[in-house]
Amino acid sequence: MSVLSMKRVLVAGLKKDRKELLELLQRKGIVQISTEDIAAEAGAEGSVFYQSDESGARTTFEKSAQAATNALSVINNAVKDPNAVSMFSGRHQMSLTDYTTNVKKREKIMEMVGDLNALAKRQSEIQAEIPKLEAQRESLTPWLSYDQDMGFTGTKTTRAFIGTLPNEVPLEEIYKGIDEVAKDITGVDVTIISSSSEQTCIQVVCLNKDAAKVEEALRHMSFARPVVSGSDPKSQDAALMQQIEGLNRQLAENEGRIASYAEHREEIKLMADYFQMRADKYEVIGRLYQTDKIFLLSGYVEERNAKALEDMLESRFDCVVEVKDPSPDEDVPVALRNNGYAAPVEGVVGSYALPGKGEIDPTFIAAIFYYFLFGMMLSDAAYGLIMVVGCAVILNKNKGKIEEGMRKTLTMFMYAGIGTMFWGVMFGSYFGDLPQVVMRTFFGKEIGSLALWVEPAVEPMTVLGFAFIVGIIHIFFGMGASAYTSIKQGKPLDALYDVGFWYLLLIGAIGILLTTDMVGGMFGLNLVLPGAVMTILKVFAAVGAVGIILFGGRDSSNWGLRIGKGLYALYGISSYLSDILSYSRLLALGLATGVISSVFNSMAAMVAAPPVIGPVLFIVIVVVGHTLNLAINALGAYVHTNRLEYVEFFGKFYNGGGKPFTPFTENTKHYKVLD
Amino acid sequence: MSAVFSDGSGLFFAILGAALAALLAGAGSARGVGMAGQAAAGVVTDQPDMFGRVLILQLLPGTQGIYGLLIAFVAMNNLGIMSGSPEVNCSLLKGLAYLGACLPMAIVGYISAINQAKAAVASIALVSKRPDQFGKSMLFPAMVETYAIFALLISILALNGVGNI
Repeated sequence: MSVLSMKRVLVAGLKKDRKELLELLQRKGIVQISTEDIAAEAGAEGSVFYQSDESGARTTFEKSAQAATNALSVINNAVKDPNAVSMFSGRHQMSLTDYTTNVKKREKIMEMVGDLNALAKRQSEIQAEIPKLEAQRESLTPWLSYDQDMGFTGTKTTRAFIGTLPNEVPLEEIYKGIDEVAKDITGVDVTIISSSSEQTCIQVVCLNKDAAKVEEALRHMSFARPVVSGSDPKSQDAALMQQIEGLNRQLAENEGRIASYAEHREEIKLMADYFQMRADKYEVIGRLYQTDKIFLLSGYVEERNAKALEDMLESRFDCVVEVKDPSPDEDVPVALRNNGYAAPVEGVVGSYALPGKGEIDPTFIAAIFYYFLFGMMLSDAAYGLIMVVGCAVILNKNKGKIEEGMRKTLTMFMYAGIGTMFWGVMFGSYFGDLPQVVMRTFFGKEIGSLALWVEPAVEPMTVLGFAFIVGIIHIFFGMGASAYTSIKQGKPLDALYDVGFWYLLLIGAIGILLTTDMVGGMFGLNLVLPGAVMTILKVFAAVGAVGIILFGGRDSSNWGLRIGKGLYALYGISSYLSDILSYSRLLALGLATGVISSVFNSMAAMVAAPPVIGPVLFIVIVVVGHTLNLAINALGAYVHTNRLEYVEFFGKFYNGGGKPFTPFTENTKHYKVLD
Repeated sequence: MSAVFSDGSGLFFAILGAALAALLAGAGSARGVGMAGQAAAGVVTDQPDMFGRVLILQLLPGTQGIYGLLIAFVAMNNLGIMSGSPEVNCSLLKGLAYLGACLPMAIVGYISAINQAKAAVASIALVSKRPDQFGKSMLFPAMVETYAIFALLISILALNGVGNI
């Protein structure tokens, strides 16, 4: 219901207790370390205190944490983790004694981590090596039938040329080509080793004395030396094959070794967490003020935890704990605390902005409307029930373990589901018009509307009018919150000028508008108000308008300027108009859900005629269609509820700008160590 | 003229309206979701764990296509096409009124989907750098969608009214 009150806490402890004290604070997670307030005094020139540079230690620990995380992903790639932390289940919990025993084995575990990372590196080297060898084999293929060394140059009296000619060249043409250039040679022998459309691999043998001429002839035919060299191709190929086989064997072997580490997975997870916590701890140590014997720690603690913290620290350590109010000019971090109804919406408020200095916590009033608005936009009893049951099941299954943020989000959607059910019943939408369609298609009966109030598709103007009323109430609440904030800050006149006059003007103007033919007629109202009421409305509007003109620009001392600004402020009524029109999305998105549902339902009804297969198709279309519709429209309802809250509602009274309270805690991924 | 625009020719314009709503809004969403999808895929290359978040952002410009479909459906339903007995005697005036009723959704749907996609692409970039700002990042594209919702509303209200002509 409110922004939690924060206290400053100063701890002076003995250095020998530093490690234990910090680890205790980290497990408790209730203090945000912030030593800025003592910086001026303790950090001054000539002070006995110093800050130690712990960035080296911190980097080392972060590297170790990273190494453990990498090793973990190596194992997870090899063997799927049956015990993975899911989005909903939260971190595993571990008792302090278990943690201490496990952490003692860290050297052994880090050896495994090193081993795993080395194996992973080796694996990727092998995986890069194999294609290279395959490519080498590929280039040997055309030469495989050649049984000499590739470097063969001839015998004592002969000269051999081995190489390729471009394109496919028949034997006769090669002889012809040689004859044309090398006319008077004793003889030449050409063997085609292989040929393809790209190249012809040949061996040409001639007498030593003719070698130059033959070579010249071959050059004319674009003869080229082969890309492969060395011993005979067959044995080369065999050697390569053996190498590849060996590497593949190694791959499999290493894979097996990696998989054999799977049983140590949990220990490695713990290491990732352990080193992360140590890195965080050293980050904090670097911010402490220390002497050779003692250290000073300063930070924020929620007031409700302050006493317990003081008692806990003073009973366990020889230290001095001082709790005091933060100085008024401090930018105190913000934590919110709300009751079970409103707390789930804290995430929505937080993702806009936390309350700034002197602002109220808007969570409760935002929550009043949140579930209602969401429900009106999704507005289907069956969808609402699915959301409620789904969230309740997940929440119940992970009870006690689920992370706080996720718990709040799911609870929010559960309550939003209740809102959706409520509006579904009001609008008579159960998977859209599925009940009607089923009765008509399979039983030939018309059951008519199930709506408790109206069907938006039948009477859209009624619902549109209602949406505007909801909008007006929502906006009036926002303005009320603004007035409340002004009064709380000791500026009651601001509340009158900025909210009171607007209330008068808006109430008057809306009342008068409703009696006009244009607006009243649009909603089918033939409103005739008694003269006295009309007069009151007119007076309201007039007083409001005059008040705004006179006081809207009150920060200017020049009356001319002041009236000008006041007139401009009065022009702001157009923004109220557009704010209220914005609530027409309540009808539009509600209609969208209903009409898309009925699109799927009628598609299903079209194919439902044939026996057996018809009903099956009907069910398939209904299930797929409604799953899609629920997903899309729940997203739409969520996004647009947030928009209405952020823009139309918060815009009236709330600026935000507070920094979140981020206590020094176990910032881990896998385990949460209990105290 | 009177031969071309005989009394029943209203049906043609009515169906043209329905088709345009589905066509233009659908085309806009297809382009929009495609643009956002490219940006999303780029983010997932480096940060696979962002998949869920960027997918939602990619989906945001997709609603216009659904609204267009919805208008087309309502129009065709009112015309009796869904039930297999089309209103063949639909007057020219009524047919043109149907066409007019569908146009807000068709045109605003097309333009808003593409502009929403641009906002979505920027939001995807934002989320990739500041994952904690996911809540806000969804709002920027949603602001654009407001106008598609208004168009949807007017088209639905107009279609409802046209039925009484």
